[in-house]
Amino acid sequence: MENMTLLLKVWRQKNAESKGQLVPYTLEGVSQHMSFLEMLDVLNEKLIKDDDDPVEFDNDCREGICGMCSLVINGIAHGPQKATAVCQLHMRHFKDGDTVTIEPWLAKAFPILKDLVVDRSAFDRIIAAGGYVSMNAGGAPDANSSPIAKAVADDAMDAASCIGCGACVAACPNASASLFTSAKISQLAVLPQGQPERKRRVLGMVKQMDSEGFGDCSNYAECEAVCPKEISIAHIARMKREYMKAALTEA
Amino acid sequence: MTLDAKVPDGPIQDKWDNHRFKLKLVNPANKRKYTVIVVGTGLGGGAAAASLAELGYNVINFCIQDSPRRAHSIAAQGGINAAKNYPNDGDSIWRLFYDTVKGGDYRSREANVYRLAQVSNNIIDQCVAQGVPFAREYGGLLDNRSFGGAQVSRTFYARGQTGQQLLLGAYSSLMRQVETGKVRLFARHEMLDLVVQNGHARGIVTRNLVNGEIKSWAADAVVLATGGYGNVFYLSTNAKNSNATAAWRCHKRGAFFANPCYTQIHPTCIPVSGDYQSKLTLMSESLRNDGRVWVPKTKGDNRSPDQIPEDERDYYLERRYPSFGNLVPRDVASRNAKAVCDEGRGVGDTGLAVYLDFADAIQRLGEDTIRDKYGNLFDMYERITGENPYKVPMRIYPAVHYTMGGLWVDYNLMSTVPGLFVLGEANFSDHGANRLGASALMQGLADGYFVVPYTIGDYLAGSDQNGTTADDAEFKQTEQEVTARLEELLSINGGKSVTEFHRELGLLVWEHVGMARNKAGLTKVVDEIRALREQFWQDLRIPGDQSQLNKNLEFAGRVADYFELSELMAKDALHRNESCGGHFREESQTEEGEAKRNDDDFTYVAAWEYTGQDKEPKLNKEELSFENVKLTQRSYK
Repeated sequence: MENMTLLLKVWRQKNAESKGQLVPYTLEGVSQHMSFLEMLDVLNEKLIKDDDDPVEFDNDCREGICGMCSLVINGIAHGPQKATAVCQLHMRHFKDGDTVTIEPWLAKAFPILKDLVVDRSAFDRIIAAGGYVSMNAGGAPDANSSPIAKAVADDAMDAASCIGCGACVAACPNASASLFTSAKISQLAVLPQGQPERKRRVLGMVKQMDSEGFGDCSNYAECEAVCPKEISIAHIARMKREYMKAALTEA
Repeated sequence: MTLDAKVPDGPIQDKWDNHRFKLKLVNPANKRKYTVIVVGTGLGGGAAAASLAELGYNVINFCIQDSPRRAHSIAAQGGINAAKNYPNDGDSIWRLFYDTVKGGDYRSREANVYRLAQVSNNIIDQCVAQGVPFAREYGGLLDNRSFGGAQVSRTFYARGQTGQQLLLGAYSSLMRQVETGKVRLFARHEMLDLVVQNGHARGIVTRNLVNGEIKSWAADAVVLATGGYGNVFYLSTNAKNSNATAAWRCHKRGAFFANPCYTQIHPTCIPVSGDYQSKLTLMSESLRNDGRVWVPKTKGDNRSPDQIPEDERDYYLERRYPSFGNLVPRDVASRNAKAVCDEGRGVGDTGLAVYLDFADAIQRLGEDTIRDKYGNLFDMYERITGENPYKVPMRIYPAVHYTMGGLWVDYNLMSTVPGLFVLGEANFSDHGANRLGASALMQGLADGYFVVPYTIGDYLAGSDQNGTTADDAEFKQTEQEVTARLEELLSINGGKSVTEFHRELGLLVWEHVGMARNKAGLTKVVDEIRALREQFWQDLRIPGDQSQLNKNLEFAGRVADYFELSELMAKDALHRNESCGGHFREESQTEEGEAKRNDDDFTYVAAWEYTGQDKEPKLNKEELSFENVKLTQRSYK
């Protein structure tokens, strides 16, 4: 296949205080085998040569597991390929002459730092509010002392595979963090290790989620549609049940 | 300077227990008077920061990413070893110790490896208690699988995302301590220098990666857990932000750098597809449990794989190594892949790839079983290459993956700068000249949860709390040096980007300090690296300025350090005129082309001392003695 020419419209914003806007760039010589981020690398090298500022975007592992990459492509968080973080999206999903709009996660709780880079520390604070088992290193019993049915372990693993990228928030019309928060609550709610703090955990994490300025969940399910790890909204339902039970008995 | 590894006396089984008894303790009420800086939040750093805070120390923790959960430990796929012997197949602490020393080609320190094998079992207990969802059998007990270099199943795993799950376990413990206030966490902060006061590590200087602020931090000890230096090669399986700057800055402040030439080339990575390539993606070694590696028997056979009949295929690992077959250690598998490609039998557009074929396994076990075991890896392969590995064999090629070399540490994990501790991939201690699969996660967590929390107390109890503050002259001086260096980089204002320089450096290092090395190439490459470095300092172009988020500036500082580090790697590789593990000197091989060690002359750790800019580094040796494992030529036949 011949190399492609793309019209990119990229969100440029100097810093958190300034106003941003979409800026058009024409990029030639895009190979179908490039990853989307490699295409942006090529754009940035060109901008440096042209004495322009390169586009800043978060990325690290580039293999879909660290959760750092965070781009909205043509209105879809992580772009058009299902179950794929943007670092694993390849240019074979685009064609010559396409216009591609690239924006950051847009949510009140994720302030923009520069260009396509946002601050997701709200997620860390939600985990700090209870997303753990309170145990110190050294005191654990033998790992096989408490058998866990394979189905339960698999259920926990499905929830635990969340990479904390925040696409769920970016896709949600309410900018809700329910999918992210519920995935951790759900993982620990089904495992025996999570039982002692089960109620305290859901109350703490939900309270923190609300205080960070994320919206409520109204079951749009847009989060599930864009999640690169295909985390199910069934976890949100479980979080709501967990919350009700805890709120009624712990208050 | 004589290197004292401080290995405790006594039989190897008792060394750690005896040592722990002899270590000085800090009483609980006094722990809160000490502050420890931990740089890095991966398995080593995250576990250490959480564990030290649990003990009562005040911890200041830094990471360069936007969240501690992004540390590159997260990308480890396959698993973590432990000597639990749950499968009843003959494993033991002794066997894990033996396999690791042998796998490291007899270039690691026995006492450290034995301790690693001992605490491996505690790690699994710890992680399960945190809620890490390891794979389980239907009966509810933990499942194990096999990995390269071992004939027992001792690898615990969580689908193909073991590193992620272990890291999230450590991260959850860390965030719990952030909530209690015992850990102060600073994300998007990069350590740019170490501050040494009266010969002791007393703090660091960081750059805030969002607004460029340069700041000093004082403490009673510094723990470095900043990973390896694989990104020297530009293309590697490391994350884009993984770098050697923190370790290299410590080296220049007095920490010896040990065995820099020991780099691991992982055999199963997705091949390069073009010049724009920004990184390489690893396919877990666990795939070699069920995948068969082959190339066509005939040179230049460019038929599609399904058109090549069985008797015209060369399953070269099974042929050459009948007892380990496709599960030979990484260095052996990588060299063999290079050899068949050098013979002109490589596959794919570039000829730099071999097949990893699952057809037999799918026929034997069914596609569903294979999907259950490796589904996410197969999906990842298809996303990157556009090919379906259930139908077409994967194409794989070796890529830089891990660095066994690192800052020299003693048995307490303390470097040659008192008060500077180094954990995980950033140190050199446990893997010798080659690391076995599923051992990096084990080492990171061992160091962080179960070693440094004990050994740091001994240092702190014996140290003199002298009221160091970040306003002291040493801090101001270091800050000025950091600022001057950033200004120098920005003022070059030349014509080439940092990526261009990095890519050129990477090609040089890959060519001459990669899978096979020889005297002529290593001698030549030192000059070539220096010439390119000179050009870098004259013709680098960094857009933007210091006072903002500026990735090109961050990378420029790191690449500047890679120039110096790569020169040391080449010198170390040149001086070590033997082959061992990941270090293959063409001059030193058996008739069959296997690595040939020279135990008489090279059974030591090469710990390099920095002597000044552009001065020859000084070689210090820690002699290695093997009292428990007999040195033999490694054989996986």
